[in-house]
Order: sequence, then structure tokens, then C-alpha cells
Amino acid sequence: MKMPEWLIRRVLFLTAFSSLAILALIALFILKEGFPVLTSVGPGRFLLGKTWLPGNNLYGILPFIIGSLWVTAGALAIGVPLGLACAICLVEFVPRTVSRFLKPTIELLAGIPSVVYGFIGVVILTPWIRSTFGGPGFSLLAGALVLGVMILPTIISISMDAFQALPPSYREGSIALGATRWQTVHLVLLPGARSGILAAVILGMGRAVGETMAVIMVAGNAVKMPRTILDPARTLTSNIALEMSYAMGMHRHALFATAVVLLFFVLVLNVIAGFLIRRAND
Amino acid sequence: MNDDTIFVINNLRVWYGAVEAVRNISCGIRRHEILGIIGPANSGKTSFLRTLNRLNDLVPSCRTEGEVLLNGVDIYSDDMPVPELRKRVGMVFALPVPLPMSIMDNITYGPRMQGIRSRSTLSEITEKCLRAASLWDEVKDRLHVSAFRLSGGQQQRLCIARTLALQPDVILFDEPCSGLDPISTAKVEATMVELKQRHTIVLVTNNTKQASRVSDRVAFFLQGELVEIGATDRIFTAPRDRRTEDYIAGRFG
Amino acid sequence: MTEQRFRLPPRTTQALVQILLYLACGVAIFILAFVIIFILKNGLPVVTWRFLTGPVVDMGKAGGIFPSIVGTVFITGLALCIATPLGVGSAIYLTEYTRPTRITRFIRFGVECLAGVPSIIFGLFGFVFFVVTLRLGWSILSGGLSLAAMLLPTIIRTSEEAIKAVPVSYREVSYCLGTTRWQTVVHSVLPSALPGILTGIILSIGRSVGETAVLIFTAGSAIQTPTSLMQSARTMSVHFYLLAREGISMQMAYGTAAILVISILIINIISYGLMHRFISRRTR
Repeated sequence: MKMPEWLIRRVLFLTAFSSLAILALIALFILKEGFPVLTSVGPGRFLLGKTWLPGNNLYGILPFIIGSLWVTAGALAIGVPLGLACAICLVEFVPRTVSRFLKPTIELLAGIPSVVYGFIGVVILTPWIRSTFGGPGFSLLAGALVLGVMILPTIISISMDAFQALPPSYREGSIALGATRWQTVHLVLLPGARSGILAAVILGMGRAVGETMAVIMVAGNAVKMPRTILDPARTLTSNIALEMSYAMGMHRHALFATAVVLLFFVLVLNVIAGFLIRRAND
Repeated sequence: MNDDTIFVINNLRVWYGAVEAVRNISCGIRRHEILGIIGPANSGKTSFLRTLNRLNDLVPSCRTEGEVLLNGVDIYSDDMPVPELRKRVGMVFALPVPLPMSIMDNITYGPRMQGIRSRSTLSEITEKCLRAASLWDEVKDRLHVSAFRLSGGQQQRLCIARTLALQPDVILFDEPCSGLDPISTAKVEATMVELKQRHTIVLVTNNTKQASRVSDRVAFFLQGELVEIGATDRIFTAPRDRRTEDYIAGRFG
Repeated sequence: MTEQRFRLPPRTTQALVQILLYLACGVAIFILAFVIIFILKNGLPVVTWRFLTGPVVDMGKAGGIFPSIVGTVFITGLALCIATPLGVGSAIYLTEYTRPTRITRFIRFGVECLAGVPSIIFGLFGFVFFVVTLRLGWSILSGGLSLAAMLLPTIIRTSEEAIKAVPVSYREVSYCLGTTRWQTVVHSVLPSALPGILTGIILSIGRSVGETAVLIFTAGSAIQTPTSLMQSARTMSVHFYLLAREGISMQMAYGTAAILVISILIINIISYGLMHRFISRRTR
């Protein structure tokens, strides 16, 4: 079976184009389904409205935006310091044999399904929050903690790569000037690996913002605007997932419009991260 | 152009991006000769060589002007499809590049890609080529062993045998002995002289002594230009150009 | 008047920081290890042969998870059958058949964006496009197609890397032996790139096994063992999610979670084995 070269080239071009085609389809359908919200609710009332009550035709997603922001910020507040510390420790302070064993193990943990993390959150975390801080336990705090743990492997792994990619001359030069290992780390290596670490953080952020199932399991899912981090609340993603199965008419359009907001935000994040990673590799 | 000449090159210019690597070279390559191309680094020798089998096509920034005729046919015209050209003009590289497969599979790679499937034919080809490359006795018992197990010199002879499998008219050698020890080098040189009977050989080399040992004619390249071309004896004893004389005497290089 | 700042000698700072770092590191690793150990400890006792092969009884309160294992295999298999040729083909096109132009940069941008889309949006898209518009209904087909779209960027990325890692000299040698571009790709480039490509595929399997959001909205959550592509089916992670959320049975939930974790462990170990073989081949 000998296909002429020009035909092979055309077929391969089509396969390559498929990614763009899928992206375009997704954008098209999500935008198309979400569009009616623009005209009938209006972007202002949609994005800044504090009440989400489909029964009364109220479609304000501000509570969910706030929920997403809190949960993501919390996840980063936990995941970044711990993850970075772990990465620094494993690359600079722990003997090579140990870290060579630990790194793949940590990457393995990145593959654990989010629903498993959510489950552990339900079984262990929420009762603990309830007994220590009061409130229902199912809260933005629980969501933040679970997501923080979920993004740890990503941040550790990519930060480690960023450190290991630095030329040995950085370390050698610094030590030769009499610096201690920690001085080397925070004066020379951290600034040097800045792009890579930033990319890791942004990727972790993207993962946190896009996470759905674990958040549904632990964050409480109340529709009201959350006041404190102990309040149960929804994020943009969990709201979509919870109501999609039974939403009709404008309600459904509003959920798609939420997806548009989500998509926009996450795409921007990923483009930035991609840019930073490429800068780090140069 | 007479029947003696297999390659005719007219006003060849090659650019890599904005850099002109080959400046307006015209010459001929005669059948069954060994043409040695000498010159310092960056003189355009390899760029010139890689034009002859259009290997430069693989470099996106490369641009070519001028005419290269193989047996009277312009190799850049539609009359000479590139795979066809490369079957007639084979190449051996500076560092041996065995493909990640057995010795026999390496040699039969070319014929297999052309559609030859018969096991007996392939075995014949393998033996013939290995003998021609002076490698048969050393590997005849282990044809199915990975080619990586051979020594550097043996790998290079394997690469020669692999090129021979397609029975090319011309074989291009790009500094083939640069990674080899003296004994392997001698074997490769002996093979080249043997092959001259049935093929035409163009040899790019950094080693002027090697050129004087092996070639019938020698061409001296300097900074993309063909400075001088002529019979080996004459070039080495009475070069016409001052620059040729200086290079051969080792005053620069 | 200048203020004298109290500064610890560098050695002391280092010692303190080292303690803090080791502490943080230990906490991070402890938490992650805890996750696995906790699940396995509580879930392994539930895993019996009947658990693995029995049907779902009483909405999941008893019986086994066999239907969801079958569902996982079908949906993942279908997704890979679609995503692999598309992905490897794209990678081949982008690396071997083009030089960097605006079109290739556009395509790469598309791949990057697709990689960042959250899974819930694939679920939404799959629902609106495959389930409703194309009238495929909640089915293995809808689920597999949506999942394939999700896996595509990963496969493209890893395949591209694997192909780029093949030395240029292999291609040059192949071309010099009078081959067409496709012949060179198939006989010279792909065999060497295969371990890397396989690694990407296996990693995608790992992702599929853990995926929930996409599949709930496209493959549904039917309980029976599926017998055709047009039927709805649940995967292990969907089953687990429903068990946990509806509070149906903690025991069954732990068991399912344990199977999930073990599957991921096996898949990752296999892909690491392949990566090592890939790296050792390159250094030959």
C-alpha cells in the first residue's frame, strides 16, 4: 500500500489541525450557549451580581468568583511555600540518592485522582475543621487545604526541574566566594530559577481554578456569598457541575456563561505560564 | 561536457541564511576518479559536497543557485526526483552512524525501502557489500547482532557497505576517517581505492596527506571559492596559486 | 543616626533555615504519603476477587465494581484509539513535515490552549456537542470522544519531544539511502521515538483513570456492565465519586479508592520503566 507523499502530507496536516478544530469547536459551543446571558442579563449584573437564584431569574456569579478566588489563593498560600521549601530541600540539601527516589514518587502523587483527595478531605479534614474552628466544616478553608495538597506535586516537581536546570557554575561560583548553601540558594539560585518557579505557580493556580470534583466534596456548596473562610460556598466550577444536569433555558445559558468566564481566565493563565516556561528554557 | 564527466557544476552558490558558504564554483567530476577536496575549516567543502546529493535540502535556511548536472540532468529539476538522486549518489559521514538495528538490517535498509523483500537477494547483497567494504570476514558470523557492538572503524566500514547496497554511481565521503585510528583509516583508504573501479568518489578531507595518498585529482577550497583543481601530483609539487602552496605547506590551516 | 540591624551570622541563619526547610519538606512528604497509606490501609481489606468481578448491587452498597472496571477499560480504550493517531500524526507533522511558519505556531498555540482547558469544560462541551447535538446520548462513545479531546495535547507534547530527541543523523542517513520522507519517519525516526511516545500514552491512561468531571456529563453513570458503545457506563472514579457523595457505602468507597490508587501506581511505574529505557537508549 503505497500512498503518494502529497496525500500523506495532507492527512498529517489534517491531524495537526484537529487540535485547533477542537479548540474552535469548544469555544464556539460554549460561547454560543452562553451568549444569551449577555443580552438578557447583561455582563454587569452577571459578573457582579451577588445573588444566584435561577428560580427568580437572578444570575449573579459574584459569590462563585469570590469562592474561586478564596479557594485558589488559599491553595497557593499552602502549596507554594511548602512546595518550594520541599523543592529547595530536595535539590540542595538532601543527598542525591534520596531525592532521586523521592522525585518520581512525588510525581506519582500528581496522578492520584482529585476525587480521592476530596474524599480524604471529607473523611478527615472537614470533621477536624468543624471541631477546631466551628461551623459546618465544609468550607472554603477545606477546599483551599485540599487543593493546596493537590497542587503540591506539580509545584515541587516543576520547581525542582527549574533548579536542576541551572548551570552548575551558579552554585560553584557562589560557594567559591565563601557563601553558605542557604545564601547560595536565596541570593543566586532562587532569582535564577525565577521563571521556572513562576511557571510552576501559575500552572498550579490553573489546576486549582479548574478543579471541580474535590471542591464539590468539601467546600459546602452553599449558594450564598461567603463571608469568612469558614463559610460553605461554591466556586465557578462547582456551580456548573452541580446544576448542569437539571438546568433549563436561561439557567443553562447562565451556566455556560460561567464556563466562558472560567475558560477565559484559565486560558490567560496558561498562555502566561507557557511564555514563562519557554523563557526559563532559553 | 564529454562522456568522461559524471558531474558538471556550473556557477554554484550556496547560502545559509545570509551567509554565503559556496561562492560561484564551477568544475567537473570525472567518472571513476577519486576527487579529493581539501581546505581549512569553513571553506565550503562540506556545503559543496552536500549539494551534490541535495542533503542541504534538510536545512531550512539553505538556498542554492546555479546548475548541477548529473549525467547531463539538472539535479534540481523535476526530471530527477530527490530519492532517485540519492540512490545514485551515496554518502558516508564523518562520524559513523549505524542505525539502531542489526548489521544485516543496516545494510539491507536501502534495498528494503526500495521494495526488495526476497531474503536470498538481501543476503546476497549483504555479503557482496560487506566484502567490498572489507568487513565480511570480521562479521560474517554475527550478522544479526546490533550494529552498535562494532568498533568505530568497523562501524564506518559498515556505513560504507550500507551505501554500496544501492549500487550508487557516485559515493561522497565527508571526512570519513576523522574519528578513526590509523589502522582503521588505512583500511578505509584501501577500500576507497578499490571502489574507484566501479564508482566515482568525492572525498572531503582535512588531512592533506590523505588526499595525496588516495586522490587522482585534488581541489583546493578556500572561504567558499574553488582556488585550484588539478592532478594530485601537480597540485602537491607545483601548485599554481600562492594560497594553495601556503596551505599545503602548512603555513595556515 | 544609623540603625544597627541585628544580623545573625550566616552559619546560624543557614542552620535555622535548614531546620525550617527540612520541616516543611517533611510535612509535604508526610501529607502526600499519608494520602496513599490511608486509602490503602482502609481500602485493601475490601478488595477481594468478588469485589473485582462482581456486579454492582443495591446502588453500590454491596457487590463489586466490575461494571465500572469494564466501563473504564472501554472508555479509556476508545479515547486512546482516537487520540493516539491524531496526536502522533500531529507531532509527526509539526516536527518532520514543516519548517516553523505562522501556521505551525498557530497550531502549537492551539495545542497549548487545549492543554489548559479545565476538565469540567470538556464535560460541558461533550454534553452539548456529543450527547445533545450529535444525538449520541450518554454513552461510552460520547465519553470516549470527549476524553480523547482532553488527552490530545498531552500525547502531542510527549510525542513531539520523543521525535525531536531522535538524532538528526538517523534521518540524514535514511534520506541518503534514497527514501521518501514518510519512509524515513516510519523506519528511522519512529522506532527510536517509540518508548517516549508510549510513555505519553501510558501517562494519558493514568489521567483517564482518574477523570471524573468529563465523564459524568458525557458517559453518564449507568450501573450495569456495558455491552455496546452506545450504552451509558460509569468508570471507577465516577463510581467512587457517587459512592462517596451520596454516602452510599464507606466501605465500598474505600475499596474503589484503593483500586484507583493501585492502578495509578502500576501505570506510573510502567511509564517510568519506559522512560528509563528511552533515556538509556539515547545515551548509547
